[in-house]
Amino acid sequence: MGYQKYDLAPLTHSIDQYLYSHLSSTWAFLAEMTLIGVVFLIFYAVIGLYLVLAERKVCAFMQNRIGPNRVGWYGVLQTIADLFKLLLKELITIRKADKLLFNIAPFIVIIASFLGIAAIPFAMGLHAIDFNIGIFYIMAVSSVGVVGILIAGWSSNNKYSLIGAMRSGAQIVSYELSVGLSLLVIVIYSGTLQLSTLVESQADGWWIIKGHIPAILAFFVFVTAGTAETNRGPFDLAEAESELTAGFHTEYSGIKFAFFFLAEYMNMFLVASVAATVFLGGWMPLHIPGLEGFNNAMDFIPPIVWYFGKTAFVIFLMMWIKWTFPRLRIDQLLNLEWKYLLPINLVNIVVVALIVLMGWYIK
Amino acid sequence: MSEEKKVIVELDENPEYIINMGPQHPSTHGVLRFEVSLQGETVKYLIPHCGYIHRGIEKMCESLTYPQIIHLTDRLDYLSAHMNNEAVSLCVEKALDIEVPERVKYIRSILSELNRIASHQLWWCAFGMDLGGLTCFFYGLRDREKILDIFEESCGSRLLHSFVVPGGLMHDVHPNFKQSIRDFIKYFRKKLPEYDTLLTGNVIFQNRTRDLGIMSKETAISYGITGPSARASGFACDIRKVEPYSAYPYIDFKEILYTEGDTFHRYKARMDEMWESMVILEKLLDKMPDGNDYTAKMKPVIKLPEGEYFQRVETARGELGVYIVSDGNKTPYRLKLRTPNFSNLFVMNKLTAGYKIADLVAISGSLDLVIPDIDR
Repeated sequence: MGYQKYDLAPLTHSIDQYLYSHLSSTWAFLAEMTLIGVVFLIFYAVIGLYLVLAERKVCAFMQNRIGPNRVGWYGVLQTIADLFKLLLKELITIRKADKLLFNIAPFIVIIASFLGIAAIPFAMGLHAIDFNIGIFYIMAVSSVGVVGILIAGWSSNNKYSLIGAMRSGAQIVSYELSVGLSLLVIVIYSGTLQLSTLVESQADGWWIIKGHIPAILAFFVFVTAGTAETNRGPFDLAEAESELTAGFHTEYSGIKFAFFFLAEYMNMFLVASVAATVFLGGWMPLHIPGLEGFNNAMDFIPPIVWYFGKTAFVIFLMMWIKWTFPRLRIDQLLNLEWKYLLPINLVNIVVVALIVLMGWYIK
Repeated sequence: MSEEKKVIVELDENPEYIINMGPQHPSTHGVLRFEVSLQGETVKYLIPHCGYIHRGIEKMCESLTYPQIIHLTDRLDYLSAHMNNEAVSLCVEKALDIEVPERVKYIRSILSELNRIASHQLWWCAFGMDLGGLTCFFYGLRDREKILDIFEESCGSRLLHSFVVPGGLMHDVHPNFKQSIRDFIKYFRKKLPEYDTLLTGNVIFQNRTRDLGIMSKETAISYGITGPSARASGFACDIRKVEPYSAYPYIDFKEILYTEGDTFHRYKARMDEMWESMVILEKLLDKMPDGNDYTAKMKPVIKLPEGEYFQRVETARGELGVYIVSDGNKTPYRLKLRTPNFSNLFVMNKLTAGYKIADLVAISGSLDLVIPDIDR
């Protein structure tokens, strides 16, 4: 296939071999870990900051405004300036807060999102850890974040925060089901939990096209449930500004607040990445079996561009939803999950199992 | 020691989770405090505490002359500044038995209707925000800006105009007055359907507001609710119809009435009032006489004859009553304001009990409270 000329595996392997040939195996391993950690940290910070900027620009576009345009060209340095402002702010710990938990909470939230990003295949060969249970791993670590939110709400010793945390707990635990079940649809189709194999399996068409109706349904359920899991509007009940002022992070200031803020955006990025990888083919270019010329043309676009393009599309979809819809009420939110999304998902899975057994999908 | 223990036991048996919404809270739209007792997320009872922005306007009025009082009335319901000015002016004119020129009556009514639309636009922004639809805010403010420009052009001020004074107007309106309003109507007729597309038709919005906080006609009357909130419950209380003043007797218009009385119909009543206000504006503009007389002949010092006078007008939120007791001096002996928001506020407990916190925000948004008007 033409896209293989962009394979980054030789590059990563040469770095690996270089380190192992010059260092003892323990040090080489540590050096690799450090390298990956630093790269991810920078990647995380840059993506997080620019997602905030993107959101501000998109929301300005939706609201007939210009958005940030003073710091840097078209405001590109705005969020970096904001970061420095947040770094310089006083970290307020309120008197009757549970100090230990209060300080731990932002780290739990940010670590959870950090862990999830590690398993995403960004391009061919650009993949930090390639588990054989990749999807399962992402789901498991991303749901750790709710513990941080619950701790933040509880330890703040603020009634509004507690209500926010309570809502968030109920919400994330419920929507976790839909996220898992909608991903299971594609897992049944492809027969693998490993993300790299999953991407390879879409070389002759993305699952959203190959899997026809059940896959399209699962994609929409996943985006809805994913939005809910990241506490974004219209499911932002945990921080419902007009009801709970700021919900679980009311009492946080400075960089600790920034951690929650950044984690929210990175969770959004994670959900969009998973949606892009599982349903839209990840870094795999668009291929239509039989059209050789078209496929070759598509292969000229590097996989990393495909990956970020698809992720950006899903992120834009999520922002669009957020800036258009009013917020749901807590009982409506839970009704939506337990009375609509979950039954739809269960039926969907049965249908998919039948389709796969009968071989009715495009192989 | 034993007493202390007893207190703890009592608290455990009867847990009260009380949160204070306000005085600084995004959805009370001002310095109002709701003491809300919760059970989980459900509101058990709600006690409104007002007085955080009490400025003693009624008392201050006792030491000010009538033209000076006008400037204080702006600060009551700052979104209905014209109607507030008009209420005091009409009351003073009634006391002095002065007939203002026809043209002044029309201009007053036109400005009131414009002010009503502007007020409802801002309410729409805030209501959308209360429900979490942040984009509404910018759509509403975009169109409100056009009205404020008209006010700036003609009255010299955008929010607190103090334009209507006893005997007429402060000064004549801008020559562009008629044309700019016609332009605005043309513009807003196109933009108002956008509001429906964005919010009214949204399934989440409908689910959040329908059959929520139902106020019966009896409740509306017994709590003294007025304005669109009461008309959504079927209580025909439009002062423009009941007791027409200024130019309202000269034209024919529809009073928006619904019988459902839920949050959605309180919303609908205001949306329909915006449409109806545009119709009223067009009729008033068509009939408005030309000329340049903007005031009746007034004495330099206004002294009201001894007695009691009352005048009410329909502001954007309901009935504003002005009651003046005069002892013949240039300042009133006593001035009492019957403000619509004060009455509208206290039905909150009845409407919200048993609903969720999010519903509380929706209901208080649908009553369209302006806090300085409650506290005076």
